[in-house]
Amino acid sequence: MSIIVFSENRIGKIKKQSLEAVAYATYISKNNSKPVIAISVGNVNNDELAVLAKYGASKIISITDSNWQNHDSQAYTKLIAEIVEKESADTIIFSHSNMGKAIAPRLSVRLKAGLASNVLALPLSYSPYVFKRKSYNGNAFQQMKIKSQKCVITINPNSCDLVESPVSVNITDFTPTTVANAATKVENIDLITGKILLTEASVVVSGGRGLKSSDNWKPLEELAEVLGAGLACSRPVSDEGWRSHEEHVGQTGKIIAPDLYFAVGISGAIQHIGGISGSKVIVAINKDKDAPIFSYANYGILGDAFDVLPKLIESVKKFKSA
Amino acid sequence: MKILVCMGNVPDTTTKIKFDSEMKKLDTNGIQWVINPWDELALTRALEIKEQSGGKIEKVSVINIGKADAEPTIRKALAIGADDAYRVDAEPSDSYYIAAQIAEVAKKENFDIIMCGIESSDFNDAAVGSMLAEFLDYPSVSAVSSFEFNDGNVKLKRDIDGGKETIVISTPFVAIVQKGICINPRIPAMRGIMMARTKPITVSAPVETDSLIETTIFELPASKAACKMVDAEDTDKLIELLHGEAKVL
Ligand SMILES: Cc1cc2nc3c(=O)[nH]c(=O)nc-3n(C[C@H](O)[C@H](O)[C@H](O)COP(=O)(O)OP(=O)(O)OC[C@H]3O[C@@H](n4cnc5c(N)ncnc54)[C@H](O)[C@@H]3O)c2cc1C
Repeated sequence: MSIIVFSENRIGKIKKQSLEAVAYATYISKNNSKPVIAISVGNVNNDELAVLAKYGASKIISITDSNWQNHDSQAYTKLIAEIVEKESADTIIFSHSNMGKAIAPRLSVRLKAGLASNVLALPLSYSPYVFKRKSYNGNAFQQMKIKSQKCVITINPNSCDLVESPVSVNITDFTPTTVANAATKVENIDLITGKILLTEASVVVSGGRGLKSSDNWKPLEELAEVLGAGLACSRPVSDEGWRSHEEHVGQTGKIIAPDLYFAVGISGAIQHIGGISGSKVIVAINKDKDAPIFSYANYGILGDAFDVLPKLIESVKKFKSA
Repeated sequence: MKILVCMGNVPDTTTKIKFDSEMKKLDTNGIQWVINPWDELALTRALEIKEQSGGKIEKVSVINIGKADAEPTIRKALAIGADDAYRVDAEPSDSYYIAAQIAEVAKKENFDIIMCGIESSDFNDAAVGSMLAEFLDYPSVSAVSSFEFNDGNVKLKRDIDGGKETIVISTPFVAIVQKGICINPRIPAMRGIMMARTKPITVSAPVETDSLIETTIFELPASKAACKMVDAEDTDKLIELLHGEAKVL
C-alpha cells in the first residue's frame, strides 16, 4: 500500500500547499510505513520536482504530455484512479484548493473511498483514520472516521508544518493509458502575475470599510510591500469596487489561513471571520474598542488606521533592516 | 432544456452553533433555516438564464435531500421562482449520501444543466456537485464565477488559484458555482409567495447507498485568550511581540 499526493504547480513551480500535502503524507507514512508517491501533471522540471523529495516523496510520477494542460476534473479523476490502482494506494491526498475541490470528491466516488475534506490537522487516529475537519464555517470542528478501505483527503492551507524529511527520489516520466479526453474546452486563461497569491501568502494585510475609499489604500499597500504580504479586503470593500473581487476574503470570498493576518478597519462580522479564522495570529487595528474583531484577534491596536499605519510601516522597516 | 439546482437547507450563517450533550448532533433549537447561500446564488443565476433564453430553457427545478421540516426552505426557492421541486425524504447525513440520492433523481429526469453551490455552510465539504457529476459520469466545472448561456451555447469562467479560465462546454454537465455568478440573490416577492403554494414538490424515498464515513464527534473552537492590546504610539512593541512571542515574523 502507498500514499499518493496530487501535487499542483503554477507556471512550472510547485505550490506551497502541495509541499504541505507532501509533508502531511510523510507524517502519515512515519506512522504506517507506506511510501509517499507524488503525482505531478504539467511542465515542471526535475530540479523543481526534486523539492517534493525534500519533504518526503520517494517517488514522483510526472506527466508532461501537453494534452493534460486542460485541468478537466473528469479526465483527471480517471488519470489519478489509474495511478492509484497501479501503485496500490489507499490514501490519496489533495490540497483543499480549487483544483483539489474539483477532483477529490469525484475520485472519492470513483474509488468508493471516504472523503475527508477541509482537514485541519494531522490524523487523530490511523487505523481506522479519524480526521479533524472544519465545519459550520469554522464555528465547529468535526471528527470524522473513515469506514472504507481507501480514503481521499483535502488539506486546508497551513494545517501542516513544512518539516523537511529528505529522501532519495525516483522521478518517472509516465504515459498513462487514460486519454486526456476532456469534455471541457479552455478558451482562454487569464493569469494574475506579479502579485503574491492570497492563498499562498504567509502574511496577509487586509482592509475594510474603515479605510473609507479606494484612494486610501496606499498605506496598506505599503505595509504589504514591506512585509512581503498578500493584500485582502472585506466584502463591502470589493462590492463598492474599491478593490478587486480577487481580494475579497470571508465566507463568500476566499478562505485563507496565513500565519499572520492584519485586519485594518474591519469590524469582524461572523461572515468575515469565516474566511480567516484559520489564521495562526490575527492583529486588529480599529478605532472602536467594542469592535467584535478584538474578540478574535490575538493582538490589537486601538486607534485610527491612518495614524497607526505609517508608524507600523516604519517599525517593520526598522525590524527588517535590523 | 431543463436546469436542476441542488439546494441545501442550512442554519442561518449568523447562528450560534451548539450541539447536543454528547456533541454528536447539532442542537436545532431556535435555528432559523435558510437556503444555503451559494445555492441561492445558483438558483438566481439559473432563473436569469431561463428568462434570457427565449424559451430554450423550459424550466428550473430544485432538489433537496431532507426531511419534511425542510419544506419551508423549498417553498422559499419556489417563491423565488423555481418551477417545481424534488425532495428525497432522508436525513442529509453526508455529501456522498446526498450526491447519490440526487443522482437517482437526476438520472430519471434527464436534466441538461445541473447547478450546485460550491460548498454548504454546514458541512463545508465542497463535495456534492463534483460527487454528483461522477455518479452521473458528467463533466463538471468547479469554482464557476460567470455563466453565460447564448442560444444553447454555454461559456463559463472558473477561478483557478491565481487566475481565471474561460471554458466552453456542451450539455449535460454540472456547474459548481461561487461568488460572482450573479450580483445579489433574489428574494421572494408577494406574487411569488402566492404562486409557490401550488407549485409541485415531488417527494421520493431514498435509495440504499454505501456509507463510507461517520461523524464521531463535534468540537467547538477553544476559547481564545484575551486580545493583547498594544499602545497605538508603540508599533515597535507590536512587531517585537509578533517576532518574539508569536513567532510569525
Ligand atoms: C450571507 C452573507 C455573507 C457574507 N460574506 C462576507 C464575506 O465573505 N466577507 C466579508 O468580509 N463580509 C461578508 N459579509 C458581510 C459582513 O456581514 C459585514 O457586513 C462585513 O464583513 C463588514 O465589512 P467591514 O468590516 O469592512 O465594514 P464595517 O462593518 O463597516 O466595519 C468597519 C470598521 O472599521 C472601523 N473604522 C472606521 N474608521 C476607522 C479608522 N479610521 N481607523 C480604524 N478603524 C476604523 C470601524 O470601527 C468598524 O469596526 C457577508 C454577509 C452575509 C449576510
